[in-house]
Order: sequence, then structure tokens, then C-alpha cells
Amino acid sequence: MATVMAPRQLVTPSPLASLRFSGVAKTFPDGTQALRDVSFDVAPGDFVTVVGPSGCGKSTLLRIASGLTSATAGAVSVPARRIGYVFQDATLLPWRTVQRNVELLGELHGVPRRERVAAAKAAIDLVGLTGFERHLPRALSGGMRMRTSLARSLSLEPDLFLFDEPFGALDEITRERLNDELLRLFEAKRFAALFITHSVSEAVFLSTRVLVMSGRPGRIVADHRVPFGYPREPALRFTPQFAALSGEISMALRTGHS
Amino acid sequence: MAPGGEPPVLREPAQPPVQRRGRGWHGVLPPLAVLAVVVAVIYPVSYSLPPRQRFQLPPPHEVIRVSFLDAGNRRDLVAALGLSAQVALTGLLIAMLIGFVLAVLMSQARWAERSLFPYAVILQSIPILALVPLIAVWLDYGFRARVTVCVLIALFPIIANTLFGLKSAEAGQHDLFTLHGASRWTRLIKLQLPAAMPAAFAGLRIAAGLAVVGAVVGDFFFRQGQPGIGILIDVYRARLQGELLFGAAGMAALLGVAVFWAFGLLNDRVVGRWHDSGRPDRT
Repeated sequence: MATVMAPRQLVTPSPLASLRFSGVAKTFPDGTQALRDVSFDVAPGDFVTVVGPSGCGKSTLLRIASGLTSATAGAVSVPARRIGYVFQDATLLPWRTVQRNVELLGELHGVPRRERVAAAKAAIDLVGLTGFERHLPRALSGGMRMRTSLARSLSLEPDLFLFDEPFGALDEITRERLNDELLRLFEAKRFAALFITHSVSEAVFLSTRVLVMSGRPGRIVADHRVPFGYPREPALRFTPQFAALSGEISMALRTGHS
Repeated sequence: MAPGGEPPVLREPAQPPVQRRGRGWHGVLPPLAVLAVVVAVIYPVSYSLPPRQRFQLPPPHEVIRVSFLDAGNRRDLVAALGLSAQVALTGLLIAMLIGFVLAVLMSQARWAERSLFPYAVILQSIPILALVPLIAVWLDYGFRARVTVCVLIALFPIIANTLFGLKSAEAGQHDLFTLHGASRWTRLIKLQLPAAMPAAFAGLRIAAGLAVVGAVVGDFFFRQGQPGIGILIDVYRARLQGELLFGAAGMAALLGVAVFWAFGLLNDRVVGRWHDSGRPDRT
């Protein structure tokens, strides 16, 4: 399967990292500094979440990781071979059915028809949309569109998953349900993930590690290991330990913001 | 995925929703009611005119009797309509081809858009009547000249709407194609062209109506060769044949409506499935 890679500077990749940022900075042509000296690793099997105030350059971080944008300083290494990218919007093609939307990436990578149809079917199963293959996006709810988008990325069996606030536009209940399901996928596939969100509880619930970013220009001001193992039950959200860690991260967010 | 946390909506029988087609009488009745009102107003006005001036607004049944029940007149009108339809459709087809190619070219290269689009705008701004004599000088007065008038008048809405449509794909969708290394061609075929369809059809519908106008105007101006609707209208006007004048105008309108309707139907078939255009009955 083809690799998603844009020209970028490479540092010697540690065999353990799926993604490595070393001293990355980004300044836009208009002079706005979006990121400053950002360094972190995402190891295989790691679920790293970045929380930060809106406008702090979180999305820019992801665009750099995926190669959609290049950094102005520092080095980015992406040893991961296949990258899945889940956008803020579902970005489905409205004229394609669920099945054909999920097949799209296989088409773009030249996967033979029979293989990509099977891969799409399997991915649709995984996100619980079996039976909806022939529906068009307009007939789906927001949550189901996001599942379709997830299935589309899953169809390539990525070893690194980038999530750009994928559930930000959904209501609380749908968001929590999709968090549960995303964790189930993570437990089953153990891809490396870099997840962007502004919700602290979402970050704590999903991740092995939570990075806190400051306001613009974005820097990483705190790095929290999440002590909970997997699988995680939905009820984890109501435990005192969960509340304590969320509180600590919220505090870090406030400090970094001011 | 474990079934426990799934929303109840996923349990519904998974068939694509059936689309209700056809609006039945609800769609036809309101315009018919308007027609009845208009006819009801025409009669008293028509009969209040002195008989010698009644050609200005002949009663509707006289229009039908003279224009369509008289075999000779009907033959003239139908033959003229056929010729005008042929001119309009040929012009529309050529405008469609040229417009599509130009729009795609402009969407793929900024220099093409920068250098060509201003001329498309200028073409649109020149009153077509200013060009008709020139076309007559260059191409004579025949079929080619008339078709050219139709092409010129129908081209702009096709270019403008198709170009708008080609640019309407969302930034996120473009990012997706970029991420997965899509070539320019793949992006055009799989993303931009399908996304452009609703706008392209909107342009075609406008262009279709204009092509009919172009056929009648060109005809009216050239006044030579085989008579299309435009020439007939001019002849009837000169002879003060009000009934036939109305009959001919009605035929021209019918042609425009038919073409507009046909493209609407095509739009429904091609993009109605996923786009709201052409389905005003859907919420």
C-alpha cells in the first residue's frame, strides 16, 4: 500500500516512534507564529492527545504531521507507513454511498477493486454501519457520517492515525459513544494515534498521554501520562481519579493560556 | 463493534430511503388556476375592443382555432418550430461542449481563468443584437449563422456556472485528495467534476432558455432562408394576424419550457439523488 508522505526534513527515526517532532516551529507568511519549539514522540500503541485553547495551532500541528503543511523550523519524522487522517468534518463525497465513500482511499492508492471492496466492508462492520452501505451521506446523522469517515481511514489499515477534533461538532452523548467505540478500535488495532481536541475529559478518557498546549504561539506546557489501562469502561469518567487528572490538566490549560 | 452502546437508529431496517417521485395534482393545479384566471380576464378585455382592433388581443379560442385547427397554419407553425428547435438545440449542444471545456481549463490553470474569463464576461455584456449583423456578414444568413447566435448567447451561463461548480468542492475534501497523493486528473474526475454537476445543470437550464431566445432573435433578424418562428412572427405582425402572432409566441414559449423541463428532469436523474436542486418538494 502506498505511503502518505510529503517532502519533509527527516531526523534519524527511532525504531520506536511512529511520529517524532523535534523543535518544530511554524510561522505563516503573514508573520503569525502558530507553533514554537514543539517536541514530542508518538510511539506505536500510544494514544497521544493534544489539548489546547482554540486558535493555539493544534490543527497546524496535525497538518504538519500529515505533510499537508511544512514546518518552518525543526524536524518532523514519520516512520509510520500508512497514515489515517480524520478531519473535523466528515468530508464525505455527497454523491457517493457509504460503501463507495469508504472505498475512495483504496481507489486513490490503486488497491485492486475486489480487495478494496472487501476492505471497505470490513471497515464498515468495524464502525457498526453494516446495513447502511447503500445510504448516501445526506440520509445519515452527524454521528453516522463521522463513523463513515472513520471507516474510510480504517480501510487503509493505518499504523498512525491523526484526528483533528473529529467529534467536536457532535452532541455530548454521541461524542461519548463514539469515544467508547474509538477506544474499542484502538484496543483491537493498536495503531498509534495523535488526537486533537479542546475537551479535557475526551482527552483523558482516550489517551495514554495528554499534551497541553499554550495559546498562540503554541508550545507544549505540560505532558501528562494517563495511568488508566485498557479496556476502559464508560464509567471510568465518573471515578475520582479521572476527575483529579482532568482537574490537573484543566489547571495546566489555564496556566498555559494566561 | 460491541452492540451494547449502539444508538437505536442502527437497528432500523437498512434499506435506502425510498424517494417519493411525482408531485401529482398538487404540482399542476396552482399553475392551471392561474391560467384560468388569465383567460377569464382576457375574454372581457378582448370583446370590449372594436372588432377591427380585436387582433391586438384575440380571444383564446380564436387563437387556437386559427393557429392550430387550421391545417395550413398549423403546418407552417410546426415546421417553423421544428427549424427553430433544431437551431436552438444545435447551438446549445455546441455551447455546452465549448463551455465545459473552457470551464475545466479555467479551473485547472489560473492563467487560463485570468486570461479568458474577462472575455466571457464581455461576450455576455455585448447586446446580442449588436453582433447579429456581423455574424450575418461573416457567415451568411443560413443555419450556421443562426446557430452561432445561439452559441454566443448560451455560452456565458454555462462557463460561469460550471466554473463555479468546479471550485465548489470543500477545502477538507481537497486536503483528503492531497493527503492520498491524488493526481490532478484523479482530483478532477473523482472530486471536482461530480461536485460541479448541480451548478453545471443550473447553468444549462439558463442556457437552454437563452438558446431558444437566440434562435428566435437570430431568425427575426435574418429574415431570409427557411422560416423559423422568428420569421413567422415578423410576417404575422406585418399582416396584423393577431391570432397567429399569439399562436407563434405560444409555440416559442412552449419550446423554451420544454427544453428547460428536459434539463430539469436530467438534473433530477443525475444529481437529484444527492443534491437538493431540482427537488423542491423535499425538505
